[in-house]
Amino acid sequence: MSTRYFGQRIKRNEDVRMLTGQALHVDDVNFADMLHVAFYRSRDAHGYIKEIDVSAAQEREGVVAVYTAEDLGDYWQPGPLLVPPPPTIKGLIFNQRTQVPLAKDKVRYVGEPIVMVVAESRYIAEDAAGDIWVEIEPLPAVIDIEQALSEDAPPIHDDLDSNLAAHVIQRKGDYETAVQQADLVIKRKLKYDRGTAAAMENRGIVAQWDAKSHKLTVWDTTQAPIVIRNGLAAMLGLSEHQVRVIAPFIGGGFGPKIMMFYPEEVLLPWASMKLNRPIKWIEDRQENFFATTQERGQVHEAELALTRDGRVLGLKHNFIHDGGAYIPYGLTVPLNSQANALGPYATPNYYSEFKVAFTNKPIVTPYRGAGRQHGVFVIERMLDIAAKELDLSPIEIRRRNFIQPEAFPYNHEIIFQDFAPLVFDSGNYEPALDMAVEMIGYEQFIKEEQPRLQAEGKKVGIGVAAYVEGTGIGPYEGARITVEASGKVSVASGIGTQGQGHFTSFAQIVADQLGVDVRNVYLVTGDTDQFHWGAGTFASRGAVVAGNAIHSAAVEVRKKILKLASEKLEAAEEDLELADGQVRVKGVPETAINLGSLAVMANPLRGAVRPGTEPGLEATSYFGPESGTTASGVHALIVEVDPETMLVEVKKYVVVHDCGKVINPLILDGQIHGGVAQGLGNAFYEQLHFDENGQLLNASFMDYLLPTALDVPRMEIGHFETLSPLNPLGIKGAGEAGAIPAAPAFVQAVENALGEAGPEILEIPLSPNRLFELVLGVGLTQKTR
Amino acid sequence: MKPPPFEYFAPTTLDEALDYMADYGDEAKPLAGGQSLIPTMNFRLAQPEVLVDLNGLAELAYIRPAAGGVSIGAMTRQRSVERSPLVAEQTPLIHETMPYIAHPQIRNRGTFGGNLAHTDPASELPAVATALNARFRAQSRSGQRWLTADEFFVDLFTTALEPEELLVEIVIPPLPARTGYAFHEISRRHGDYALVGVAATVTLDDSGLCEAARLVYFSVGDKPVEAVQATAALAGQKLSAAAIDAAAEIAATQDIDPPGDIHASVAYRRHLAKVLARQVLAAATARAKQD
Repeated sequence: MSTRYFGQRIKRNEDVRMLTGQALHVDDVNFADMLHVAFYRSRDAHGYIKEIDVSAAQEREGVVAVYTAEDLGDYWQPGPLLVPPPPTIKGLIFNQRTQVPLAKDKVRYVGEPIVMVVAESRYIAEDAAGDIWVEIEPLPAVIDIEQALSEDAPPIHDDLDSNLAAHVIQRKGDYETAVQQADLVIKRKLKYDRGTAAAMENRGIVAQWDAKSHKLTVWDTTQAPIVIRNGLAAMLGLSEHQVRVIAPFIGGGFGPKIMMFYPEEVLLPWASMKLNRPIKWIEDRQENFFATTQERGQVHEAELALTRDGRVLGLKHNFIHDGGAYIPYGLTVPLNSQANALGPYATPNYYSEFKVAFTNKPIVTPYRGAGRQHGVFVIERMLDIAAKELDLSPIEIRRRNFIQPEAFPYNHEIIFQDFAPLVFDSGNYEPALDMAVEMIGYEQFIKEEQPRLQAEGKKVGIGVAAYVEGTGIGPYEGARITVEASGKVSVASGIGTQGQGHFTSFAQIVADQLGVDVRNVYLVTGDTDQFHWGAGTFASRGAVVAGNAIHSAAVEVRKKILKLASEKLEAAEEDLELADGQVRVKGVPETAINLGSLAVMANPLRGAVRPGTEPGLEATSYFGPESGTTASGVHALIVEVDPETMLVEVKKYVVVHDCGKVINPLILDGQIHGGVAQGLGNAFYEQLHFDENGQLLNASFMDYLLPTALDVPRMEIGHFETLSPLNPLGIKGAGEAGAIPAAPAFVQAVENALGEAGPEILEIPLSPNRLFELVLGVGLTQKTR
Repeated sequence: MKPPPFEYFAPTTLDEALDYMADYGDEAKPLAGGQSLIPTMNFRLAQPEVLVDLNGLAELAYIRPAAGGVSIGAMTRQRSVERSPLVAEQTPLIHETMPYIAHPQIRNRGTFGGNLAHTDPASELPAVATALNARFRAQSRSGQRWLTADEFFVDLFTTALEPEELLVEIVIPPLPARTGYAFHEISRRHGDYALVGVAATVTLDDSGLCEAARLVYFSVGDKPVEAVQATAALAGQKLSAAAIDAAAEIAATQDIDPPGDIHASVAYRRHLAKVLARQVLAAATARAKQD
């Protein structure tokens, strides 16, 4: 196989369409008789619904229908549990409570939908939503995560005694023994607060019931169209073949768009069938702050036991996870935090206990990183603190604790989010650290630059953090590849796409196998009528799982091509080569057939398809990994803190990343750039501020600060390739890596800049205001031994 | 995020616009660049019955010399003011302030008069206009009147304009001799509303002592806040680093009573107010010495 495309930095096939506005997004889908939806959403975080009066809304001209929970009848059901708790963890408590289509009896967060208004335009629908009167008997709002679990907190779900949503303990070795053997035990409390993914495109749904063909078509900004199709068919009493879900171009997924079913996804198709008209709802930015899931609120208590030479003997890691009002996504996020606190380090003893708390805040589901950054934040901060205590450099303490290359596969002995034991398939961490240290100029900075600049009064600092990212989990993805009569190759996969560059990276895999130009590979993805099976784009799995399925299908098609061409050219298969869209005899280029002609021969108008053969040059394959593959890397940065204003500028940012075999370094760089931008957003800009009543104080981009192009530094990226043994292509996922270690690296650098007299920083996100408080000692940092 | 229904008029002359304002009074909102009003309407925080669109009034878009200073029509785009050589020459403090107002895209639409009449307490221009002793011409069907900055800016999002009046012109007088100026603000990201911002002018007497100084903050109160005690303490003084430090301390602790919010606590705002006062007073003094 030639590798003309695999591994090449080629530009993306889809960019011209996307950059010139020619890519279909959900809001581009319009029909002449289309109806529009707006929701009346709860203004209270917690309370009983006493009365709903929709009469004025119903009377408004242009309003077609107004629905409350009562109107849904038996269709009103709590949503499915997407990911059940791992059955293999003993003694686990899990109180399943999932979201409902429209609130009935009780509201549990500000923004929870209560009434759905359908009208001739969105304007009228919003006017009518303003006509609705809902009387709520308010209850105290449960906002603080720790207080949520106190005895006097009012239960958010009345049938439960408390707000405990889940309780999980996992162990490796024996932490108490580690403490007895330790020379040093460090204890700290660390906090990570909420943010939102803030995808450029908000959510949106168009549902069109065609009463004559008895088919429902739904355009949905989902990351998992096939699962939505299956669920909708079951809920609506239709065959899966009557429901087509299309996830077209989507302006960013980041995890929240894998949540299902959102209330709107349940309601729009139902209403379209009921009213027999196409119907549209586009989430506006204000709604997005309430109606789309969020993440990141956790409080951690950590203990690290070490020898005096800086070797970690054990980690104790207890935390509370803010689940929000419902927990449809199970334990994915806290399990990731639990697993990722082990990091790339050979920690022999681990005790970790977490509780999930219901709170009166929007629902929490995975958002890029999905709990991994919390674990990384905990262990990286603890190592930094230990390094100071032991007078080691942050580099050295990491180096001393890395899992060694010969130790793979390395079993961490606890259960990961995919229910499988947390086993790292491969890795080589120290060379990546060395590369990052070299690229950032660590030694030179510490020895020369920093003392010189600090002497000038400049507060400059450096930070280095390592991480692993469990990626590429199952269950499976599939693909069908067809050589068409034109010679072009079509690829259909069930996986959705939200800007990852699938149209190019997947095409590269196929182009190499079939010897065609990468621009002649046409990918269809996210349309359930094109490919029936699949799970979705999430958990950094697209390239690993769908990529390998596509590779496998391409290998099968290649075999068919060679077999048929061998007959037609009267040459042995091993004497043939595929290149330039042809099959030809090696060394005799004039003896060749175009792939298009061969495709026609494989699908003749006359003559039988013999038993045991299939028409066409086509193959369908699936790939389902037993367990995930573990990517890794190191981030390093230099910052300057303005000592007067506490504004922080990132002067240099280095990423060394190892995600196995790289399909397209250009696309990978883009993934990392975006991830780092979100990671820095988490670290220093983005924070959802809820008041004690559960009202979000900054539900707009005026007050919720995303880092802009002016705030995100240039990055230098080094790639390192440690192949995964778990899939034929040797690749690992890369979708979330950029976002995961940015915060601990940033905090370490800021702490380093502020020097010995500065504060110990144990929280994310920061802000100039918060740094000012910390520096003044207004907000106390805990320092317990 | 769609506005409720409203009536819309698009007059092409000032007289016509003033007629609409007279007819609809309290129910009407004039629409200038729309960079604040339209989002506010989309959030349904403002629900005017009537919009009187001033964008057809070419007669209100101008920058002209006026008695050593500059006269700016209310409908002049912010970007035009930013790029005007006359503004840069005659009233350089305005020229230096313009790039801090939001982003270029917003300044392309936003108007000079609309910004001032909106009177956002976090907005740069009201403070700068105050520091420069700008005068405001208000007009209605029944006539016109001139207001000083102190008269014009009344409260949070509130000016002295009557419901039927429009702000039509702003005149910036020239700075006195031996006067320096400076502007600075601290914001989280470039183009954001400032956490704290301040404009300063410093006038020296023949002997190089401080004859008069102005220090006007924004984002620390309901409208532009002038640090009168701080500048009074500077009068007649040599503007040494120590004197400026002392004045900055007075400004931050006595002259202003800033609010705290999710972006900046009271203590942080006071701290920034002090840091900024030191910077702008020093910069303005240095320029006054060269003037």
